[in-house]
Amino acid sequence: MSEMVARNIPDRLTSRAQRVLKSWETLLLAIAILVFITNSFASPYFLNAWNLSDATFNFTEKAMIAFAMAMLIISGEIDLSVAAIIALASTAMGFVMELGFGTPVLVLTGLTVGIICGAFNGVLVTRLGLPSIVVTIGTMSLFRGISYIVLGDKAYTGYPTDFAFFGQGYVWWVFSFELVLFAVLAIIYAVLLHKTNFGRTVYAIGNNPVGAQFSGVRTARVKFVLFLLTGLMSGVAAVCLTSRLGSTRPSIAFGWELEIVTMVVLGGVNILGGAGTIPGVVLAAIIMGMVTFGFGLLNVPGIVMSIFIGLLLIGAIALPRVFAMVKRGRG
Amino acid sequence: MSILKTLLTSATVAATLMAMPAHAQETKRIALVVKALGIGFFEAAAKGAEEAAKELGDVEIIYTGPTDTTAEGQIEVINSLIAQQVDAIAVSANDTDALVPTLKKAMDRGITVISWDSGVAAAGREMHLNPSSNPLIGNMIIKLAADHLPDGGDVAVLSATTTSTNQNTWIEEMTKVQGNYPGINVVTTVYGDDKADKSYTEAQGLMQSYPDLKAIIAPTSVGIVAAAQAVTDAGKAGEINVTGLGLPSEMAGHVASGASKSFAIWNPIDLGYSATMIAYNLATDKAEAKAGGSIPMGRMGSVMLDDNTEGAMADPFVYDSSNIDDFKDIF
Repeated sequence: MSEMVARNIPDRLTSRAQRVLKSWETLLLAIAILVFITNSFASPYFLNAWNLSDATFNFTEKAMIAFAMAMLIISGEIDLSVAAIIALASTAMGFVMELGFGTPVLVLTGLTVGIICGAFNGVLVTRLGLPSIVVTIGTMSLFRGISYIVLGDKAYTGYPTDFAFFGQGYVWWVFSFELVLFAVLAIIYAVLLHKTNFGRTVYAIGNNPVGAQFSGVRTARVKFVLFLLTGLMSGVAAVCLTSRLGSTRPSIAFGWELEIVTMVVLGGVNILGGAGTIPGVVLAAIIMGMVTFGFGLLNVPGIVMSIFIGLLLIGAIALPRVFAMVKRGRG
Repeated sequence: MSILKTLLTSATVAATLMAMPAHAQETKRIALVVKALGIGFFEAAAKGAEEAAKELGDVEIIYTGPTDTTAEGQIEVINSLIAQQVDAIAVSANDTDALVPTLKKAMDRGITVISWDSGVAAAGREMHLNPSSNPLIGNMIIKLAADHLPDGGDVAVLSATTTSTNQNTWIEEMTKVQGNYPGINVVTTVYGDDKADKSYTEAQGLMQSYPDLKAIIAPTSVGIVAAAQAVTDAGKAGEINVTGLGLPSEMAGHVASGASKSFAIWNPIDLGYSATMIAYNLATDKAEAKAGGSIPMGRMGSVMLDDNTEGAMADPFVYDSSNIDDFKDIF
């Protein structure tokens, strides 16, 4: 799949970037296996189906958003309002629940609010031509601010029992609904990014927006769709997280936007756009989840985990550049 | 996706092959889960827990918590404790409701769950230990301000986060008894999110917005220090009295400088000690958590449980220049 991209867009950096990327995913896979083995030896509680199943909740919701975010970042934009969209979507669901509506309406509300927020970001960026980082820092405060106005220091509780399925239910044995949804979305996004024309235009825009525009790509429309998708996935995550917590407070998912961006960048997506893959993001999500869980089992203070993730992130950005420098030096 | 497959296959194999890991152990493992690591109050509570463990002999304390004061972070920590099959979890909650599903799961798997300091909704724990009674604290914080304002004046509240269960309760109780302190005019409540920098800025804002401010009530150990520092830096030590709830070690300097004339706190060492004693007695079936019952807590006597299976440990204690030196090295 990656070769196809290389052939379709013979751009300045593509072939070299592809090679680096390829090795990056292999490296991620190696790290994932290493983390898995280390955890198995470090704690007698790690290799247990139910424990591992519980641990997947550490990353599934964030990863769902990370898939859409990866495509958005590849196209050269970013959405920092995703966690705030969760808060607003969750608040809207709570509001609708208080009015007496059942689970289907709750889910629909969460997803719709997600899409509307995404559309709002999309319009500001693509119609008014504003930089997405500034727009979404603004909407980050706006969306969460609305939640705070609606809820203040109160909480929505008492969601219907059947609503709990999305965040607490199991499809089969240890495979939770969230885990299955994560897997299905991973496949959908992998196909969308790597196997469709739409996916190829995303790379094209990220690599060379002006070139893409002149080649007949409707840059603005593609970007708008990507913002919609990111909003929609935030809505999906809001449904799952609200269901898992069984309650809504305006501080829900606070700070998640940075963890999601970390996941995407660690997955090998170029923060400047143009390169990255869904399998990379999947691996990064699993690594982050397993590292958190493994450290947790050893009761390592959370700050050590943050340091570890921070180092991984710096490594993720620095390594490709160092490789490139070494290569240039030789060439 | 192959890592996911590897992961799940290993999990399946492990689950079938492996007997349950070291289950029958002599030592009772009691986890003290705090709002966030690196907060003086909770470090002191951990000391008390260790004291109880030493007294009991067959207890191992796991002192843990997230990096930030988020419910999501605490859930990750609790999931890893459930995986380790600890005997008891004693938690100071970041969110009354959001922890309930996870803690229910812990109880389903045979783990004793209590909350202390900041409570969890009744469905998510066997009992809750309040450090003191909320009405007494609410009364105490305004009394502390009123004691040094014989002629009355403007007073502002600097709280933790808008969703902090205990701070909100205390402020509510304070409002109820406000009529008993006629000259005291509570002008506003601001939130420093239990972060030093934000609390400092909020305190500065208070001084600018209310030039006649006579006292700042900060019912949080982070906020009171930041507010005292802000008052000192503004050259208003002695003019604006910073009071509320704080730690003697962190407040000693500000009491000496006159920025704070007095403040109150229960003894967090006693609190950690009592929570551990209660968790131990419940986990070993030496006591039962039921409405109207009582649970022994070592040298602290017994806690009486109300209809909501909540109990109060002791009255808050006032620290001022006469006694602070005796306590500043303890916690």
